[in-house]
Amino acid sequence: MNRILPILVVLAAILALWYAAVVPMNAGWTIAQAQRAGHELTFLDVVADTMSQDRPRLPAPHQVAAELKKTVLDTKVTSKRSLVFHGWITLQSTLWGFALGTTVGIGMAVSIVYSKTANMSLMPWAIISQTIPIVAIAPMIIVVLATLGVEGRTVPKAIISAYLCFFPVLVSMVKGLRSPGAMQIDLMKTYSANAGQTFWKLRLPASVPYLFTSLKVGIAAALVGTIVGELPTGAIQGLGARILIGDQFGNPLMIWSALIAAACLAGALVSIVAVLQSLALQRMGYAR
Amino acid sequence: MTLVLAALVLWMAAWLLNTRIAGSSLASSYIGRVAVPVVFGLSVLAIWELVVRGLNVPQVILPAPTIIAETFAAETGTLWIDFRQTALKGAISGYVIGCLAAFVVALAIDRSTFLRRGLLPIGNFVAALPIVGTAPILVNWFGFDWQSKAAVVVVMVFFPILVNTVQGLADTAAMQRDLMRTYSASYWQTLLKLRLPAAMPFVFNGLKIATTLALIGAIVAEYFGSPTRGMGFRISTSVGTLELAMVWSEIAVAALAGTLFYGAVTLVERWVTFWHPSQR
Amino acid sequence: MSQAAAIEAKNLDLTFETGDGAIQALRDVTLEMRKGEFVSFIGPSGCGKTTFLRVVAGLETPTGGEVRVNGMSPDEARRDRAYGYVFQEAGLYPWRTIAGNVRLPLEIMGYSRSEMADRVNRVLELVELSGFENKHPWQLSGGMQQRASIARALAFDADILLMDEPFGALDEIVRDHLNEQLLGLWEHTGKTIGFVTHSIPEAVYLSTRIVVMSPRPGRIADVIDNPLPRTRPLDIRDTPEFLEVAQRIRKGLRAGHSYGD
Repeated sequence: MNRILPILVVLAAILALWYAAVVPMNAGWTIAQAQRAGHELTFLDVVADTMSQDRPRLPAPHQVAAELKKTVLDTKVTSKRSLVFHGWITLQSTLWGFALGTTVGIGMAVSIVYSKTANMSLMPWAIISQTIPIVAIAPMIIVVLATLGVEGRTVPKAIISAYLCFFPVLVSMVKGLRSPGAMQIDLMKTYSANAGQTFWKLRLPASVPYLFTSLKVGIAAALVGTIVGELPTGAIQGLGARILIGDQFGNPLMIWSALIAAACLAGALVSIVAVLQSLALQRMGYAR
Repeated sequence: MTLVLAALVLWMAAWLLNTRIAGSSLASSYIGRVAVPVVFGLSVLAIWELVVRGLNVPQVILPAPTIIAETFAAETGTLWIDFRQTALKGAISGYVIGCLAAFVVALAIDRSTFLRRGLLPIGNFVAALPIVGTAPILVNWFGFDWQSKAAVVVVMVFFPILVNTVQGLADTAAMQRDLMRTYSASYWQTLLKLRLPAAMPFVFNGLKIATTLALIGAIVAEYFGSPTRGMGFRISTSVGTLELAMVWSEIAVAALAGTLFYGAVTLVERWVTFWHPSQR
Repeated sequence: MSQAAAIEAKNLDLTFETGDGAIQALRDVTLEMRKGEFVSFIGPSGCGKTTFLRVVAGLETPTGGEVRVNGMSPDEARRDRAYGYVFQEAGLYPWRTIAGNVRLPLEIMGYSRSEMADRVNRVLELVELSGFENKHPWQLSGGMQQRASIARALAFDADILLMDEPFGALDEIVRDHLNEQLLGLWEHTGKTIGFVTHSIPEAVYLSTRIVVMSPRPGRIADVIDNPLPRTRPLDIRDTPEFLEVAQRIRKGLRAGHSYGD
C-alpha cells in the first residue's frame, strides 16, 4: 500500500492536469465556432464543448478511453479497424526484431569476450552505431528490401527494431560474461577445464542476471524500433501506422488511442520478461 | 568476380593485421586502440566498394562509398542547411530545454519522498515507451518549423534525464549523509557539496542516452511536416525519388552529428566526473 | 554530576522497530565520560556500541533516558561543534582533493578562507599527511585515507572525538602504526575520545577506560579502569599488566555472551 498510494496519487494528478489542459487547448475552436454562428457562450458551455469535440487539439481522457473501448472491445479482432489487429502486427515485428537483436547481441558479446581482436575492432563501432539516428536509415531499409523483392513490412521493421535492441544486450552480456572473478577462473584452471567447459559451467550461468536485466531494456527498445519503422514509411498496418493515418486524416483520437495501446503493449512485454526473469533466477538460485 | 575475391582477401588481411596489433605491445597504447577500429572500419568500406562494383549492384539498392562521397562533396551546401535546421535548431535547442526542465523537476521531486515514490516508477515506465509516436501531435500543435521538432525532442529526453537525476540524487551512502548531519549541514549545503556531485555520473548517463534520442526525435518529427529543408525532410524526399546516394550522405551527416554530439558529452563527463572509478 | 563530564548518559533505552518485531539496541545504559578521557567500547556485533556512539552524536534518538554532551542535548552540542565523528570507512569525497575533504566541514561551518587554509595545513601535519594536499582519495592507501578522515574530524576543533571502528578495515601493521599516532594525538590535544572497536589489544593499548558491552539487549557488562601509564610504547602489549587487563575484558565478553544465548 505504501508503494502503490504515491503512484496512484501521481497518476490522478496527471489525469487532473490533462483535463485542466483540455479547456485552454480546445477553447479557441469552440469560441470561433460560436462567433461564426453568433452565439453567446457561458464559461460552462465552453468547458462542456471542449470535452466533446470530434477533432480536438487535445482530446479529453474519457474520449480516448471511449475510442479505445470502441476499437479494442467493440470491434472484431480480425477487422482492420481493431487496435488488437494492429497491435498484433506490431507485436510480430517486435518479437522478430527482439529475437534477432538478442541473438546478434549475445553472439557479438561472446566473440568480444573471447577475441581481443573482435573486442578492439567491434566495440567502438557498436557504440558509434547507437549514436546514429536509426530513423535516418529506416525509410531506406524498407525501399531497398522492397527492390530486392522482400514482400511485406515485417522483415524491414524487425531489422530496425533489432538495431535498437542488440546494443543493450551486447553491453550487458559482455559485462556478465566477464563477471566471474579471477579466483573463479583460476579454480576452473585447477580442474584443467577447457574453454568450452569454462564457458558453459561458469561464464554463461554467471551472465544470466545481466542478460535478463538487458532483455527488459531490449524488448522495450525493440517495440520503439518497430514503431519507428512504421512511422515514416507509409505503413498501413500496425500501431505506428495508426498514428500516421490518424495524422494524415486529422483524427487525433486515433493517434491518442494508438499511443495508449503502444504504452500498454510496452508495459505488458516488459512485465512478461520480468516474470521470466524472476522465474529463471529463482530456479538458478540467485533469488531467495 | 575477381573484385569480390579481392574483397574476401582484403577482409582476411585486415583481420590478420588487427590480430597482430591486438596481440602486440601496441594493444594497450592509444595508437593501438585507435588503429584497430579504424582498420576495421576502412576494411568494411573497401569491401563494400569492391562488392558493389564486383556484383554490379544497382545504385537504387546500394550505392558504392565513392559515389556517396562524390554526392556528399557536391551537396555540402544543402547538407549544411539541413544540418543547421535539424541538428542545431531542432535537436540542440530541444535537448537543452528538455535537460534543464528535467533537472529542475528532479530537484523539486527530490525534496518529497512521496513524490519520488510516485513519480519514479511512472518515469521509468514512460522512459521505456515509444514517445516518438507523439511527434505528429506536437507538429500539429507547434507548426512545421523547428519549434515543433524541439518540442518532440523535449518530450523524448525529459524522462531519461529525470529518472537518472532522481536516482543519482538518492545514491549517497548512509554514512556520507550521516557525516553531513554531524556537521549540522543544511539541505542546500548537503545538496551542493554531497548529493549533486555524487549524482553527476547518473546525470551524465541520462545526458548521453538523450543525445541519441534528440537526433531521432528531430528527424522523425520532420517526416510529419517540415519546411523544405532538414535531414528528415531530405531523406524522405530522396527515398521517394530513389536518390540513394543523397540519402546515404544525409545518413553520414546524421552519424557524424550523433557521434560528435555523444563524444562532446562524453568529454564533459570525463572532465566533471574525473573521480568516478569508470573514468580513472 | 561533576562539572568535568564531557558525556553523560543516564538510563538510555533505544528500541528499533523492524519487520521482525522490536529489537532492543540499548537497555538502561548509564555512563559518564570525563573530559580528556579515552574510552573504548568493546563487544560482539549487535551489542549496541555503535548505536551508543550514534546516540551521543544525535544520529539516533533514544526511546528512553537522557544523554548530555558538554551539558547540552546531542543536537545542541552538534550545532555547537562539540564533536568530530570518524566512521569505519574513510568516506572521503572522491571528487575532492585531500585538502578539499578536510576543508569540507569548515566550508559548511562558514570559516574564512585564510582560517580554512591554516587549519587544513595544521591538521594534515598532525596526521602526517603534509604534501598530499592535492592528491585525490583514490590515489592514497587505505591507511592514509583513514588518517585524512581523522584530520577532517579534527579540523574544526571539536573537543570530543567519536570514532566508530575507524581502523577495522585496515591490516594489522597499518593499524599498529595508526594506534600509536592516535595515542600521540590524544596526548598532544587533550581531546575526549569515544572509540568503538572489535579488538581487545587495541582497546587496552589505547584507552584509559574500557566499556565492555553485551548483546540482546545491548547493555554495559563491565567497565574497566586501565592501570597502564599514559605513555605507552607498542611493546607495552607484552607486559603482564597489559595481559591482565586483556584477560579481564575477555572474561567480561564471555560472561555477556552466555547470558544472551
